[in-house]
Amino acid sequence: MKRFVGFVRKEFYHIFRDKRSLFILFGMPIAQILLFGFAITNEINNVDIAILDQANDVASKEIINKIAASKHFSIVDIIQQESSIESIFKKGKVKAVLQFENNFGNNLIKEKQANVQVLTDATDPNMASTISNYISSILKKYQQELNENISIDYQIIPQSRMVYNAELKSVYMFVPGVMTVILMLVSAMMTSISITREKEQGTMEILLVSPLKPFQVIIGKVFPYIFLSVINAVVIVLLSIFVFNVPVNGSLFLLGIESVLFIITSLALGILISTISATQQTAMMISLMGLMLPTILLSGFIFPISSMPLPLQVISNIIPAKWFIIIVKGIMLKGIGIGFVLKETLILLLMTLLFIGVSVKKYKIRLE
Amino acid sequence: MMKDNNVIQVENLSKLFGDFAAVNQISFQVKAGEIFGFLGANGAGKTTAMKMLIGISSPTSGKATVAGFDVYKETESIKKNIGYMSQKFALYDDLTVKENITFFGGIYGLSKKQIEHKRRELVEELGLQEVTNSLVASLPLGWKQKLAFSVSLLHEPKIVFLDEPTGGVDPITRRQFWEMIYKAAHNGTTIFVTTHYMDEAEYCDRVSIMVDGKIEALDTPKKLKEHYKTDTMNDVFLKLARG
Repeated sequence: MKRFVGFVRKEFYHIFRDKRSLFILFGMPIAQILLFGFAITNEINNVDIAILDQANDVASKEIINKIAASKHFSIVDIIQQESSIESIFKKGKVKAVLQFENNFGNNLIKEKQANVQVLTDATDPNMASTISNYISSILKKYQQELNENISIDYQIIPQSRMVYNAELKSVYMFVPGVMTVILMLVSAMMTSISITREKEQGTMEILLVSPLKPFQVIIGKVFPYIFLSVINAVVIVLLSIFVFNVPVNGSLFLLGIESVLFIITSLALGILISTISATQQTAMMISLMGLMLPTILLSGFIFPISSMPLPLQVISNIIPAKWFIIIVKGIMLKGIGIGFVLKETLILLLMTLLFIGVSVKKYKIRLE
Repeated sequence: MMKDNNVIQVENLSKLFGDFAAVNQISFQVKAGEIFGFLGANGAGKTTAMKMLIGISSPTSGKATVAGFDVYKETESIKKNIGYMSQKFALYDDLTVKENITFFGGIYGLSKKQIEHKRRELVEELGLQEVTNSLVASLPLGWKQKLAFSVSLLHEPKIVFLDEPTGGVDPITRRQFWEMIYKAAHNGTTIFVTTHYMDEAEYCDRVSIMVDGKIEALDTPKKLKEHYKTDTMNDVFLKLARG
C-alpha cells in the first residue's frame, strides 16, 4: 500500500509538472463545454426582426406588441411593401420578417382563421428554425388568450417557411456529448501517453525489473486519471447545470456510477493502446484518429445515428461513447433509472472486460 | 544455497525467437564481489541474455540461478535482490533528485527512515547538495548517470546489472563512473556490466565475449590477451567478432 501511495504521488508530479497535460486535463473540458454550450444553444436573445403589417388592425398590433415585449426579439424595422423584404434580408441584420396578411383581424374573427407569414434568414438554418419556433409560440399564446375570452375558436395559422428541425429538441445533447468526449480524451489518451512515455524513457524497464508487479505498475499509472476524470465529470455537470441550465432529472448517484464505468472503459482502451504503441506520438495518433474521431462523429454526439447510412449505423455499435451518450442523455434529460439503461450499462461493462482481457494478453509482462 | 560462492550460475541457457536462437546454450558463473564484463557486438544476444537473468524475459531452455533464485520460478525474489541500470538514462526527468530517490527507495520497500538516511549519504557522496531540489532534467548527463547508478544501489542489492551504463558519457565521467563501480564491488556488490568500450573491458575482473548468441571466450582480460596474442582487449574483440 505504501508503495502504491508513493507510485501515485509520482504520477501526480508528472501530471502537475507537465503544462500540456494540465491544459488537456482541466483547460480543455471547460473550454469545450463553454464552446459547445454557447455555439449549439437554442437560446436566442434580441434577434433583430422586421414587420410587414398589411392589416394594421387591433389584432396585428397586439401581436406586434407582444413580440416587441419579448426579450428574444427587437423590432428594428417596419416595412411597407413586400418588395422591401428581399433588400432587408440582403443587408443581413434582420433575421426574420413577420408578414400579416390583409384584413388579418377581420379574417380572424369572421373566417376564424388568419395568416401570418414568418420569413426567416435560413443561411443559418438552426437559428432560423429556432426563431420561427419562438414566434410560433408567441402566436400560439396570443391565440390561447383570445380563446379564453371568447368561446369561439379562432385560429392564427403561422406559415413558417422553415421546416421544424427535429434535432432542435435534442440541443441539450452537447452536455452528454462533451462529457463523453472529455472523459474519453482524458482517460484513454492521457493514460496511453503516460504509459508509453515510461517505455520511451526506459523507466518502464526499470519498473519491471523492480519488485513491483506489472499490474501494480499499471494500476498505479491509471489511478490518478480515474480521480482526475471524476473531477472533470463533476465540473462538466456543474457547468451545464449552472451555466446552461441543463436539467439533471435523474439520479446524480446513478450518473456518477455510470461515469466511473465509462472512465474505466476508456482507461482500459488507453492501456490497450499503450500495449500496441512504442512511442508517445503513436499513442497520441491512435488515440486521436482511432478514438476521438469516431467518438465525435459516430457516437450520435453531433450527427444523429438514425440518419447515417446503414454500415455506419452498424459500426456505431462498437463505439463505447454511443452507449454512454444514451445513458447520460437518459439520466440527465429524461430522468430515467437504472432499469432503462441496463442494456447499455451491460454493453459498456462487457466492452471494458474485453479491453482489459486483451490488454492483459498483449501486455508483455516479461518484456520480450 | 549458493554453490562455491557463485551468485550467478548459468547452464546451457537458450532463448529462441521462432527458429532464431538469440541466445544459444550459454554457460558461465559469476562469483560474489566480481566485476563481470559481458561483451559482444550489437545483436550478439547480450541484452536478451541479460533480460533473462533479471527476470523480465523467460528462457526457452537451460538452467540459471541469480542470487540463488531460479530464473523460471523465482523472478520476484530475484528482482528484490538485484539492481538494474539501463543504457537509456532511467530516472524521471520531471522529478527532483530528492523525489527520484524517494520514489525508487519506495518501490523497493525501503522505510522512510532508510530512504532519508540513504539519500543523505548519497547526496553527500556525489556532491549533489546544491541540486537536491532541482529537476533531474537540469543536471548534466554525467551526473545523471552517476545518480542513476547510486539509485540502483539504494536497496543494497547483491548483484547490480549495468546495461551499457557509460554510453554517451565523456571520458572523465566514465573514469569517475568506474571508480564508483570499483567502490561498490569493494563493498561486496557483484557487478554484471555490458559495454562497448574495450578500455572498460580491461577494468573487469573477468570478461565474456558473445558472438552470434554463443559465448566464444571467457577469462580475465590478461589471459584473453595472452591467448589471442594481442596487446589490447580491442584486438581480442575484433578477432573474435570477425570470426
